[in-house]
Amino acid sequence: MKRALLLLATMLATPAAAQTVAITGGTVAIGDGSAPIEGGTVVIANGRIVAAGRGVAVPAGAQVIDAAGKWVSAGVVSALTDLSLVDADGVQESNDAGARNSPFKAAIDVSLAVNPAAVKIANERLFGVTRAIVTPSAESSIFAGQGAIIDLGADPDAVTRPRAFQFVELGEGGGKLAGGSRPAAYALLRDAFAQAQDFRRNPAAFDGRSRDALVTRADAEALLRVLDGQVPLLVHVERAADIRNVLALPRDYPKLKLVLVGVTEGWLVAREIAAAKVPVIAAALADLPAQFENLAATESNVGRLRAAGVPVALASTGASGGDHVLRQFAGNLVAIARIPGATGLDWGQAFASITSGPAEAIGMGGEIGSLRAGRRADVVIWDGDPLELSSVPVATWIDGVSQPMRSRQTELRDRYLTPTEGALPKAYERR
Amino acid sequence: MNSIRTRRVLLSAALLALPLSACATAKDKPATTAKKAPPVRYARNPYPSTYRAYPGTPTLVRNVTVFDGEGGRIDGGAVLFADGKVVAVGQTLDAPAGATVIDGQGKYVTPGVVDIHSHLGDYPTPSVQAHSDGNEATAPITADVWAEHSVWPQDPGFGRALANGGVTTLQILPGSANLMGGRSVVLKNVYARTMQAMKFPGAPYGLKMACGENPKRVYGSKNREPSTRMGNVAVDRQTWAKAVAYKRKWDKYEAEGGDAPDRDIGMDTLRGVLSGEIMVQNHCYRADEMAIVLDMAKEFGYHVTAFHHAVEAYKIADLLKSSGTCAAVWADWYGFKMESYDGIGENLAILENAGACAMIHSDDENGIQRLNQEVAKVLSSARHSGIQISDAAAWKWLSLAPAKALGIDAQTGSLKPGKMADVVLWNGNPFSVYTRPEKVWVDGALLYDANDPKRRPVSDFELGQPGSGDVK
Repeated sequence: MKRALLLLATMLATPAAAQTVAITGGTVAIGDGSAPIEGGTVVIANGRIVAAGRGVAVPAGAQVIDAAGKWVSAGVVSALTDLSLVDADGVQESNDAGARNSPFKAAIDVSLAVNPAAVKIANERLFGVTRAIVTPSAESSIFAGQGAIIDLGADPDAVTRPRAFQFVELGEGGGKLAGGSRPAAYALLRDAFAQAQDFRRNPAAFDGRSRDALVTRADAEALLRVLDGQVPLLVHVERAADIRNVLALPRDYPKLKLVLVGVTEGWLVAREIAAAKVPVIAAALADLPAQFENLAATESNVGRLRAAGVPVALASTGASGGDHVLRQFAGNLVAIARIPGATGLDWGQAFASITSGPAEAIGMGGEIGSLRAGRRADVVIWDGDPLELSSVPVATWIDGVSQPMRSRQTELRDRYLTPTEGALPKAYERR
Repeated sequence: MNSIRTRRVLLSAALLALPLSACATAKDKPATTAKKAPPVRYARNPYPSTYRAYPGTPTLVRNVTVFDGEGGRIDGGAVLFADGKVVAVGQTLDAPAGATVIDGQGKYVTPGVVDIHSHLGDYPTPSVQAHSDGNEATAPITADVWAEHSVWPQDPGFGRALANGGVTTLQILPGSANLMGGRSVVLKNVYARTMQAMKFPGAPYGLKMACGENPKRVYGSKNREPSTRMGNVAVDRQTWAKAVAYKRKWDKYEAEGGDAPDRDIGMDTLRGVLSGEIMVQNHCYRADEMAIVLDMAKEFGYHVTAFHHAVEAYKIADLLKSSGTCAAVWADWYGFKMESYDGIGENLAILENAGACAMIHSDDENGIQRLNQEVAKVLSSARHSGIQISDAAAWKWLSLAPAKALGIDAQTGSLKPGKMADVVLWNGNPFSVYTRPEKVWVDGALLYDANDPKRRPVSDFELGQPGSGDVK
């Protein structure tokens, strides 16, 4: 505890973490798809990665941390999560993931709901998650709103990039949100885009404020950023036919920066997705026909997409075990590479699918998601292979700042390691 | 409860303190006994199992690491099974004539995984409304429903649980919308044309109960009792009081004959619980609520076999141990509802460390495919917290402990001679994320083989679909 407090104090005193740190001797996993490098060095300074790999020199004056026998990796990026928007999913009072009764749709900006003090942030940080792609959920329209990129650091400054993308539902769920069918969802999408363009041509004449306006002014502004390609449009679809429809959208909206989400039937159209150069954030192990739009679900989906040349990241969406389940997902994709008839990933690709993969999908690969030079220094030292279930982080930096290694979960654990009460009630037991 | 005729509302504490069998003794028999019609017992097993083991060949797996499911480990060991039963487990075993011999260098053999908490079949995929058959959420007490009458044997999830998870036995439970959700059924994980042909022969029934948020939310939103936790307990107690009276009437009738009391299908189940024939599988998250349920069980004379989910079981590990009640838990699920807010990854480890009965469970059609990995996460949490549990001991959480809590540990759950040859050969250490089942036998029949596409089941629903059951 004392050590954690000291770390915290240091951190608060030096917000930018000017200290140069060299982590030496560990197995380095850069997160860019490359294989792990034994005996590598990672140097961080001014909150950024200076260098990572074998033969990297330790700068004079650097704090040297010996990671021999350990792994040093990029932090995990949790794609498509409600982390920090909810305290407990079933508790509606504090749930900011969706806005069922709001007149605003595409305009919704979840960065304003991000709570850096949310309990889950520290819980998940302790399992190696350092950034998250926080995503609103669509509840009143096919447009969920604008997502944000956050860090999981123990500080009040959580938002890395607000309004980083727009999220839209165009599969079975989109059909229901649009009034009952997929065609209704496409009609809604095209009309919303048309209205956004009307707004651009003549803002003064644009309605956008009346009770029956389908698109508010704020929505129109948000949609223009999508139409202009300023932010990616994340589209949730599962069925192969739906994927093809989405891939056709740029014919009419040429600047769209598409990202496909979910995509359990993606392997059936892998070549088309690859040709369109559209990245995918996939449900990693979804192998059941959960709905009629997932009939071709297979654990090999991600591997087959990757083999066809599609950049694939994994989604943590809906993981009851917390965002850190991503490591397990990625490990399983390595596991199935050994199963006859199945297609998995090699280790470097699997690790990239939960680090640089999601970062690149949302156009932030230059900032986060790997240990390549210049990236924000989100670094985790693990006591073993980061994808293996037996491993945990032993030290973590976010933006080059050393992070405390305690959470509410560790507090509960320590209180109840011996469940019986002692001289005083459990309520008096704390570190 | 539409057919309850009884007007005996509450029993006195004194009556309840009597041994439950007291009503069936002969001393109160009236003089007219001789004229009474002889008793006719109602059928206890009207939908009997028609499961038959598929043929297998005598098989010796040798040069393999064995977790026997009871805490034992043999490195470079061997397992022999024949005629559907485990024959021997040892360091070296001789292959009988004609036996299939498998060299398991670098691989592991374990008992098949037993999942005590599944909704496969009653919440099958595709998860369309037409398939939503797990919660009879029309009244808080539906002890009259039986999960087996909802099971769709073509659920694609059964095959995934077999091939990816090595699951050979599973309990299908009604959902948790209701305080008493109905009877469970235990299945062998073998596809069949009928539910009966999947039923685990001789397995006792379970009664699914639920406390906490779900029942009070479901019925509170219908503006009826229960809408609070105290309402949950009140409705439970009222029902148990009726069940005690029902049992007394039927015990007396079945001992003495005469006019048969009115049948009540739900009360049959509760009578079975009070008689110790049906095991209580109680969904409950919070420690304080589990303690109340344990007292309620004492009040009415039944035993809670296991708390399911039991996210806060670690807080009362000592109480669970002294009550002889198990906890069936996830590895690390937390924070998805208020009552799961205090979930920690050490839950199962703290229970084991305190000597309480504990096990892993899935409650999830995806999680059931990776229960071995869930235990691996528990082991990691344990070891990083200073709790030392061996890999071999941890396998108990995956097979013997759930088999005991289902009342089928004499038949399955460990690799003991004479038990069902429910066996998994893993292609590495099953507590590694990089490991998958290579072969799965159920009653000695090879029903999954990673190296043989013909030994991989495809349910009717998936036949002719784009993915063909993930075998393409």
